Amino acid sequence: MSTNVFAKTVRGFTSALERTLVSEITAHESGLLQSLDPRVKLVGLLALVVAAALSRKLAVTAALFALGVVLALASRIALWSLAKRVWVVVFAFTFMIAAPALFLTPGQVLYSLPFGGLTLTSQGLRSTVLLIARVETAVTLSTLLVLTTPWMHLLKALRTLMVPVEIIALLAMTHRYAVLLMETANSMFESRQSRLVGRLNGHEHRHLMVNTGGVLLSKTLDLGNQVFLSMQARGFRGEVYLLNDFRLRGWDYVAMSGFAVAATAAVLAGR
Amino acid sequence: MHIPDGYLSPSSCAVMYAASAPCWWQALRRTRRKLFGRTLPLLSLFAAFSFVIMMFNLPLPGGTTGHAVGVAVAAIVLGPWASMLAISLALAIQALFFGDGGITTLGANCFNMAIAGSFAAWGIYQLVSLGAAPDSRRRIVAAALAGYGAVNLSALLAAIEFGVQPMLFRDVTGAPLYAPYPLSIAIPAMMAGHLTIAGAAEAVMSAGLFSFLRSNEPALVGITSMPVQAASPTPRRLWGALGVVLLLTPLGILAGGTAWGEWAPQDFSDAAARARIAAASGQSAPPVAAPSGLARLASLWTAPLPDYAPHFVKSAAFGYLLSAMFGVGMILAVTWILRRAMQYANQRSRQ
Repeated sequence: MSTNVFAKTVRGFTSALERTLVSEITAHESGLLQSLDPRVKLVGLLALVVAAALSRKLAVTAALFALGVVLALASRIALWSLAKRVWVVVFAFTFMIAAPALFLTPGQVLYSLPFGGLTLTSQGLRSTVLLIARVETAVTLSTLLVLTTPWMHLLKALRTLMVPVEIIALLAMTHRYAVLLMETANSMFESRQSRLVGRLNGHEHRHLMVNTGGVLLSKTLDLGNQVFLSMQARGFRGEVYLLNDFRLRGWDYVAMSGFAVAATAAVLAGR
Repeated sequence: MHIPDGYLSPSSCAVMYAASAPCWWQALRRTRRKLFGRTLPLLSLFAAFSFVIMMFNLPLPGGTTGHAVGVAVAAIVLGPWASMLAISLALAIQALFFGDGGITTLGANCFNMAIAGSFAAWGIYQLVSLGAAPDSRRRIVAAALAGYGAVNLSALLAAIEFGVQPMLFRDVTGAPLYAPYPLSIAIPAMMAGHLTIAGAAEAVMSAGLFSFLRSNEPALVGITSMPVQAASPTPRRLWGALGVVLLLTPLGILAGGTAWGEWAPQDFSDAAARARIAAASGQSAPPVAAPSGLARLASLWTAPLPDYAPHFVKSAAFGYLLSAMFGVGMILAVTWILRRAMQYANQRSRQ
């Protein structure tokens, strides 16, 4: 078990770091969504996510999903990477949760299983398919936002949603140090794994994991002091300023109108 | 427990954002003053730490693994208000950047894990550790229970949010539009995993991290002095107890017989003493004379107060008491000399 859990944890860190890197790369590609003002993109894609959440019709949800696919293609995001990162994972997770609803939801019987007395109902099927489609669509659209917007731009764009400037500063620092701590934790696990001979039992493994967590926390606190001193040295006196250099262009107004029309149409058609 | 987009209706999401907003506002108001100092990096680093600790796979009894949220440690170290901000930040990063938990459901996720979780963890820790000594094991149990309680409360809230969806949102055919299970299914399904696996993971990680912090960063977990120093405000009691014990020392006279193995060489030739030795040794007769080695070595040192009875004191009881006071005084004097010597050595080494 020990090697598997180690490997699983290290894989998790590697995958998260890889995602961070991929997002930064795709955010700087020259595509449709990348060319938009981050504020327009944030508000527009969020409006589409809300429209997907409001939709009660499968056709409307499917249309929003198709719009997401078109936007991904126009933004030079490989569909296989979207499928690997979002579609397969979301489908597996949501299906696992929603599958029992196929049989547990009361309603018109479509098919009776020959064992267990279970019956597949029309309402159960509809509910499950709609839930999976809605989750796939919402996650696809929100992933497009992350994949096509540099993190710092996305944070600055949150000001348009009246998020306090302190929260934006905290989010920026959190993201930056989350990546750093992931790298640190990854190194700690790899170095421990390279010195591991034999197999650890469950208790030893828990002890090791908790100790690693404790050491990481200690490193985090040390880092906190260092960061504070650096901030002081650079003149931080408790006030946070953000450079706001976004400027709307003609194309952004067109995109804004497009998002507004699509979201409104989806809300009206999906009722 | 991270509810993705699409599981809750937009109106439920709006309600949960509305429920979270005043808590965030209050938390920000309370911590804003502190953000001028070390709290700003500490908050974001704790959020980053919480984010990373959620990725730790913790092996649990039974061969399964679980993840911790770190909410209990954050609540104990930062307090409930700053903790709710830190955990909310971690959840926001997860939702915005890694797609773990939805954007529309961020309000619900923050309410369940960051807000309710922080308050539950903080409250449980304060309650269970009330009056516990800084080095008490009860504090570790309190941290474990805080983590366990917080994660299960969060799961229960998420289950209720799931469970009300089919009651409120169905289409014309009666098909649930969002999370499809009623409360009677959602609550047991959600709690089964959290009362066992996730709760255990949180409890183990909370107890371990608390224990680590208590040893290495005691001030962070509200322990302002080391355990030994914390016990020092009670020297008066110790002196009192020592005085009582001193006064009770003459009770030793009441004990009959001789302590086994504490015989003097002359006892072997004294008939009464031989009888006592034989009685204390399972009726096995002692040698007729003191063993030669014993006789030789017994005369090496003559105690100034033999048998706790100074020759100048008539009363045996007072002799015992005087001997006890003399012994305690000697120990205190030696301890004081050693302490001064160590202090002197420390000062020299610093110079």
